[in-house]
Amino acid sequence: MSAFLVITFSGLALGSIYFLAASGLSLIYGLMDILNFAHGLFMTLGAYAGYEVAVHLTGSLGAPASLALAVLASILGGALAAGITEVLLIRPLYGRPVSQILVTIGLDLAVVGLLMGGFGSSALQIPVPIWLLEATHLGSVDLPNASFLALGAGVVVLLVLEWFLRRTRYGIIIRAGVENREMVSALGIDVGRAFTLVFVIGGAMAGLAGLLYALVFSGDLIAPAQGDSLLIFAFIVVVIGGLGSIRGSAVAALIVGLLQDYTSFYIGGHPGWAEIGNLSVVLLLAIVLEIRPRGLFGAVA
Amino acid sequence: MKHRAVVVALLVLLVFIFLPFAGFSVPWILPGTLNVVNSSGTLIVLALCFLFAGVAVGYDLMIGFTGLLSLGPVLYFASGAYVFDIAISRWNWPLVPALGLTFGVAFVLAVLLGAIALRVDGIAFAMVTLAFAQAFYYLIENNPHNLTGGDTGLALSDLRLPTFLSGAVSNTRNLYWVALAFLVVAFLIIWLVTESVTGHIFVAIRENERRLDVLGIRPFRFKLASFVLSSLIAAGGGVIFILVIGTAVPSTVASTSVTISILIMVVLGGSGTRWGAVMGAMVYVYLQQYLLKVSGEPSFTTLPAVLRVPLSQPQFLLGALFVLFVLFVPGGIAGLTARVGYKRDASLGKPRWRSMSIAKALKK
Repeated sequence: MSAFLVITFSGLALGSIYFLAASGLSLIYGLMDILNFAHGLFMTLGAYAGYEVAVHLTGSLGAPASLALAVLASILGGALAAGITEVLLIRPLYGRPVSQILVTIGLDLAVVGLLMGGFGSSALQIPVPIWLLEATHLGSVDLPNASFLALGAGVVVLLVLEWFLRRTRYGIIIRAGVENREMVSALGIDVGRAFTLVFVIGGAMAGLAGLLYALVFSGDLIAPAQGDSLLIFAFIVVVIGGLGSIRGSAVAALIVGLLQDYTSFYIGGHPGWAEIGNLSVVLLLAIVLEIRPRGLFGAVA
Repeated sequence: MKHRAVVVALLVLLVFIFLPFAGFSVPWILPGTLNVVNSSGTLIVLALCFLFAGVAVGYDLMIGFTGLLSLGPVLYFASGAYVFDIAISRWNWPLVPALGLTFGVAFVLAVLLGAIALRVDGIAFAMVTLAFAQAFYYLIENNPHNLTGGDTGLALSDLRLPTFLSGAVSNTRNLYWVALAFLVVAFLIIWLVTESVTGHIFVAIRENERRLDVLGIRPFRFKLASFVLSSLIAAGGGVIFILVIGTAVPSTVASTSVTISILIMVVLGGSGTRWGAVMGAMVYVYLQQYLLKVSGEPSFTTLPAVLRVPLSQPQFLLGALFVLFVLFVPGGIAGLTARVGYKRDASLGKPRWRSMSIAKALKK
């Protein structure tokens, strides 16, 4: 029973990170029809920004303060990378959705190559405070502190995002744009600014997701290709949840995270089944598309 | 124009057929240890160019002509490489049955997975094919019944191969010709198909699928046919790859980066033009190998870090080149030459229209 609770908790933390990665992708797709292959890159860049800050500031500020700043740096790093990408590469290609997808593929390739040249292709260790590596004793189970961090971040971001999209002017413009972009432009609203905004928001969440994934699931290690392997799961979450739906992404992220953790814990331990966690997620995608091609919460296919 | 293009193609083919007999060196174009034209290093690079050109032209049938943006060609490439490798090296099958099994498995996989994936279209189709390919990658990594060798890969045992194919070192020339033959066969198949009635239906699907439906032609079967044919060619490419390289490793044979490379080859060359995909693949593979060689040269390490770090990463240079092409040369290499030869043949190229074709597929 206690093992079940621990696995559930870890699955929720994983789902929370998937949500951070997928909701931005989903918004970008919903508003701009762009399948953003550079989203994995934003995750990686966020993680490296966090790493740089943690490495340079741990000595002078101590581990806890530098971790807080590293989290901030990952958010800002992701947002900055996404903003620059939108303005320099996506904007010149408005009206050519395929070229926009292709340009994000090329950008991802180029910058990951650059990271490999600059930082080396082997993994780097982020210095973290000791308590992040410990576990909290709750009832009969020990729950890792890092997972609390991921879960907390997921909940906070979901609440802020829902508030932003429902209560603020720009949020409402973005939601309207997802529903009917032409109508929003016809009403004289500058949709271009909303495009940059969703990229920045998506990039910020991706950057945070990249750092959190390293802290919670990869033993504080970061590598240039990490974001790209996460990206595939983020894509799957977006499709299962329904393209363009934030709530769909949230629900699908939790389902995928839990499924991946349960299957890899209960079945993956047997010899010859090591990859069942990843395989089961793809199987779920196939089943969802067979039953409901537009995803759980999607309006149109 | 058409006749002239055929004559030029045949001349180029003749040059390539007799290239292995050329013993002179080309100092700048073929750097370092490659510099002699018929050295085994050069021939292997060219064999890689040919095999990826064949795979790319097959992939172009799907994305360029039929308008199906599949992101999973690597699945069939990997199945070709691994099934062939397993049949030969693990089960000691002779060549012909091994080939039969390889294409049989690729056919069944393509029909099954294609039929599932084609239930959705546009972006969702791209995602599903991507996810299936990733699942296949995990399956190979998982090493079921110790067949694939997992992470470490599976070397091709040449005991059961006919002697003219065994050993990349002693028989490079033969492997080179086999790869060239694969490209010629793949190109001819795609040429015949795209010129046929079926090929016109493929293009009609790309242009306006609903209209086809109204005319009483069910698009599904044709989309599946395009998907399966393209996948079989990718599987053939996988077989040639394992013959030339001699070992299958998940990261080089089955990972998404292979799909991305093939996609870049087609876009770089110009999709929907047949020879564009061939050119794109040749340029891409050659540049990749060339940049790898150059970055290993001793004179290179003396450069300042600002230059050395980016220039030593082929992935960075190819990615940047691709971004520049997407931004400034939308029709790819084929679009460029079409623009130059615009007056001679107005029907060639039309870069804007070509790049719109995939856009339509995604809009559906």
